[in-house]
Amino acid sequence: MVQLSPAPAAEGGIVFEGVSKTFSPDRRSTTTALKDVHLEVPAGSVFGVIGYSGAGKSTLIRLVNGLERPSSGRVLVDGIDMGALRGKNLRAAQKRTGMIFQQFNLLDTVRVRDNVAMPLRLDGVGAEAARARADEVLDFVGLSGKAGSFAGDLSGGQKQRVGIARALVRNPRILLSDEATSALDPTTTAQIIDLLRSINREYGTTVLVVTHEMDVIKDLADRVAVMADGGIVEEGPVLDVFVHPRSPITRDFVTTVVPQGLPPRVVEHLGSEGLWRMLLVDDEVTQPLLSDLITTYGVSVNMLHADMTSIQEHTIGQLIVKVTGPAERVAAARAFLTERVVQLEEVQS
Amino acid sequence: MTDGKWTLITPELFLKALGETLQMLGVSLVLGSVLGVVIGAVLALTRAGGVLENRPISLGLAVVVNLVRSLPFIILLVAILPFTRLLVGTSIGVWAAIVPLTVMIAPYIGRLVENSLLEVPRGVIEAARSMGASPLQVFWRFMLPEARGSLILAVTIASVGLLDATAMAGTVGAGGIGDLALSYGYQRYDGFAMAITVVTLIVLVQGIQLLGTVVARRYRRR
Repeated sequence: MVQLSPAPAAEGGIVFEGVSKTFSPDRRSTTTALKDVHLEVPAGSVFGVIGYSGAGKSTLIRLVNGLERPSSGRVLVDGIDMGALRGKNLRAAQKRTGMIFQQFNLLDTVRVRDNVAMPLRLDGVGAEAARARADEVLDFVGLSGKAGSFAGDLSGGQKQRVGIARALVRNPRILLSDEATSALDPTTTAQIIDLLRSINREYGTTVLVVTHEMDVIKDLADRVAVMADGGIVEEGPVLDVFVHPRSPITRDFVTTVVPQGLPPRVVEHLGSEGLWRMLLVDDEVTQPLLSDLITTYGVSVNMLHADMTSIQEHTIGQLIVKVTGPAERVAAARAFLTERVVQLEEVQS
Repeated sequence: MTDGKWTLITPELFLKALGETLQMLGVSLVLGSVLGVVIGAVLALTRAGGVLENRPISLGLAVVVNLVRSLPFIILLVAILPFTRLLVGTSIGVWAAIVPLTVMIAPYIGRLVENSLLEVPRGVIEAARSMGASPLQVFWRFMLPEARGSLILAVTIASVGLLDATAMAGTVGAGGIGDLALSYGYQRYDGFAMAITVVTLIVLVQGIQLLGTVVARRYRRR
């Protein structure tokens, strides 16, 4: 049995207080990676940060374990100001978090078991005890058969499992994932997501995930923050952000999971009047909306697109219809639909 | 010419020279490698962006390394004679050659080691730092094992350079294969002596390179 003990409720919280970060690679130029970021990652949650490359999300996550220091503001991990720590104290704080990487960053020259045991060896744990613990964690991530292999002989998904085992071997309260699935194929990505989810559920480990893939957010995160140009554009529960994206960037990301049904040519041809795009959540998707529309309101309905996506335990349905008829009936139909779906908007060409 | 004899050198003479060459090579290689790894580690760790970034140390050491490496070996050999005498109590013989050989090869190995260490992927070092490894642990447990194969190749290259330099050790009466070639093959027109020394040197270099390649391949896992 693996002995990863469940986290006390209060441990594993991360708070960004007005954090800015600038880099000066030489004396003449400075780049701003983060601008006045305020963000709270609740202890025990799975928190996703999404953004295009260069948005500052990697810098954000590297502040949590002290790989970078904020230029101003504070990063509090369980109330400890990471930016204020130096030397031994910093290293002690770093040992309370685990991190996984896009390129796995395993040692090629030592066996899988010793890769996983490495953090414990750094702590002065003897080789035997560290290896025994490594084997437990490898068993948890489903790699007990590969303990004696070298990283070079593993597939990408297996390498990431080794990375996860190594990050978990000290039983950290926080797991940081920096684009950990970006180098993996969709099937393997799904498996790694399941594993991260189960780590969070079973041990209450806070998981902070940085990614540019909305699919990862959809399947893994409780809450999401969208980043652009070093700032947080919007933040909230994943379902809310999917249903009511406020910024154009968020819309773009949502579109990658819930495609905006119609080709522009079709929209142009139909005209946007009475061309409605509806989002339906959970039970809403099972309502007999269209037949009600036709029988009760006497409008004609041209069904153009329908799809469904599941976001963890929720279902999001998308429906695009062209409704035509006398203006007051169309208006009444619209009022009826607005009552019954979470979101209704005219499709613009 | 060779006073009617077909060669002046005897098997004893040849074996003695070979022994001197191997002694010079072995001792200065071991000492030079130890010093070289230290120099290379300090260069790699203190450079800008290194885990022990320190501009004065990095710059100071780089200047010393470049200084020693600017001197042709034959000049270094005689220039540091007082230092050699201070260290080994004599300025002639095999040990008197080992001191300058070590002084010459250590900075050279240092530069090669620095390059090998810099080849270790940044991500691996970042992973090490993320798990709270101290700078010494980063070097000892992450950089050194990952650079192993490349370090062995570096030492192999250095050995060949070192063998080259031992030929000049005759200047301080240290003997060796190279000295045999010069004093018999060249100065006394002994064609056989020249031929056998050349063949010996070729065999030595091939052997060193083969050994280095094979060992490096064993240690390099990618």
